[in-house]
Amino acid sequence: MQDSSSPVTRRPETAQREPAPLPSSKKVSHNPMMVPLRPVAARQRGFLGFCFFVLFFGAWAAVTFTGVVSPTFLASPASMLEEGWLLFTEFNFAGDIGMTVMRVLGGFVLASIIAVPLGILMGSYKLIEAFFEPFVSFCRYLPASAFVPLLILWAGIGEMQKILVIFIGSFFQITLMVAVTVGAARRDWVEAAYTLGATNRSVVRRVIIPGAAPEIAELLRLVLGWAWTYVIVAELIGSSSGIGHMIVDSQAMLNTGQMIFGIIVIGCIGLLSDFLFKAVNRRLFAWSAFK
Amino acid sequence: MSKPTLSIRQVERTFTGPKGEKTQALLPVDYQVDENDFITILGPSGCGKSTLLRIVAGLDQPTRGEVWLDGERVEGPGADRGMVFQSYTLFPWLSVQQNICFGLEERGVGKAAQKERSDYFIHKVGLRGFEHHFPRQLSGGMQQRTAIARALANDPKVLLMDEPFGALDNQTRVMMQELLLSIWESSRKTVLFVTHDIDEAIFMANKVAIFSARPGRIKREVAVDFAHPRDYRIKTSPEFMAVKARVTEEIRVETLQTQEH
Repeated sequence: MQDSSSPVTRRPETAQREPAPLPSSKKVSHNPMMVPLRPVAARQRGFLGFCFFVLFFGAWAAVTFTGVVSPTFLASPASMLEEGWLLFTEFNFAGDIGMTVMRVLGGFVLASIIAVPLGILMGSYKLIEAFFEPFVSFCRYLPASAFVPLLILWAGIGEMQKILVIFIGSFFQITLMVAVTVGAARRDWVEAAYTLGATNRSVVRRVIIPGAAPEIAELLRLVLGWAWTYVIVAELIGSSSGIGHMIVDSQAMLNTGQMIFGIIVIGCIGLLSDFLFKAVNRRLFAWSAFK
Repeated sequence: MSKPTLSIRQVERTFTGPKGEKTQALLPVDYQVDENDFITILGPSGCGKSTLLRIVAGLDQPTRGEVWLDGERVEGPGADRGMVFQSYTLFPWLSVQQNICFGLEERGVGKAAQKERSDYFIHKVGLRGFEHHFPRQLSGGMQQRTAIARALANDPKVLLMDEPFGALDNQTRVMMQELLLSIWESSRKTVLFVTHDIDEAIFMANKVAIFSARPGRIKREVAVDFAHPRDYRIKTSPEFMAVKARVTEEIRVETLQTQEH
């Protein structure tokens, strides 16, 4: 041991020559409109977003009303709305929308009910993950739309076939994403739980699952958005109802107004469901910092 | 002195890297902790002091050697060794009270008894009125106070603390030290406290165990005999300075050694 009369010290060796002086720094002026990552006020943000819609519809109206593009290929905004109105009053489009929504929800809920628990098991227990993961990863890359002809063969053109397309499209994605989310559980939460006397089971039940719940809800919201694209594919082939079916029907009659209206309706429903999902998540997981 | 509660026997830890290379974190460590001891483990960062604490907690397995607590061999983590971590480990989906009751729920303690215990410890760490707050609504210091209450509510035989105030600002840290010391003075719960802060180590402890540089071992134990209750003024007293000077020299040798590599 050292005593205070001979302190343990270490100083740098004899000083070296100082480096050459730097040139004086230039004064930089920053354009306040284009500062990267600077947030925008809510009103300005809403206004700018609205502006693009106006611009978009303006350009659309300009090319159609002036006759630059023939109505055979692109209906004008006005005739699109008119066709849309006709769809509701004459062709029971509300029924088609109901059908499509039901299929999406059916397939999505069915996939979630099985995929979420499986994903939680895979993420928590690495033995189970090792068993399922390679197969599920492989299946994830099978395109759901390519299954449509096969599914028609197996399940006919009834509701089961549509729901199965959604199911195949969402199930493997949800499983893997949940497994990754759950597997990324904070280790120190798990360790804290163990030092508080938790068992393996209660670590999963009381720490891993509630900890991953907000992110699981977020990824379900994401996958629901994808499910909307699968349902239309399922309805384009071998269907007698639904928004996708209506779009194919309109194609046969070269009714671009109806087709565009159908596409816009899909977008609006998707946006609405996303909004509702987000609102529910925010309510359920108020404790979570990431929202 | 009372009988040893915790006995660390020839505990050694070697980590194996991805390419099979071995790093020895702990040389064989022998150490006895008596009941009611407040022991601080002091050492330069990366010396293996946290590894030793994690082995005592059962969160890490020793390569060789064993840990005994009250005549029973430690095989894994358990409620008899409560732990407070450096990172904030409160469960963010549970309120302060629910966090404190986590271990009690696990034991199947009735709701009324849970409330009674959590109220007692919430009061003890000075968080009255914050029972129903969520962790993200609390400051770092308040979160660590809740973590201490959560560990104490479980009535562990030993309280393990792994640099629990390391992430706090200096003023808050000093207040937390005084709080923890006052809790210890009233309950005499056995504490094993890892830190690299010399003042902190001396202020709270009755024994400071000084760690060597990696591979770590306990190279010296310094008894701190200041009377209790202690208050902050002790830190500027000549006796404190004398102990600090001694400990500083011990640590400095080790720190220099770690920098040589």
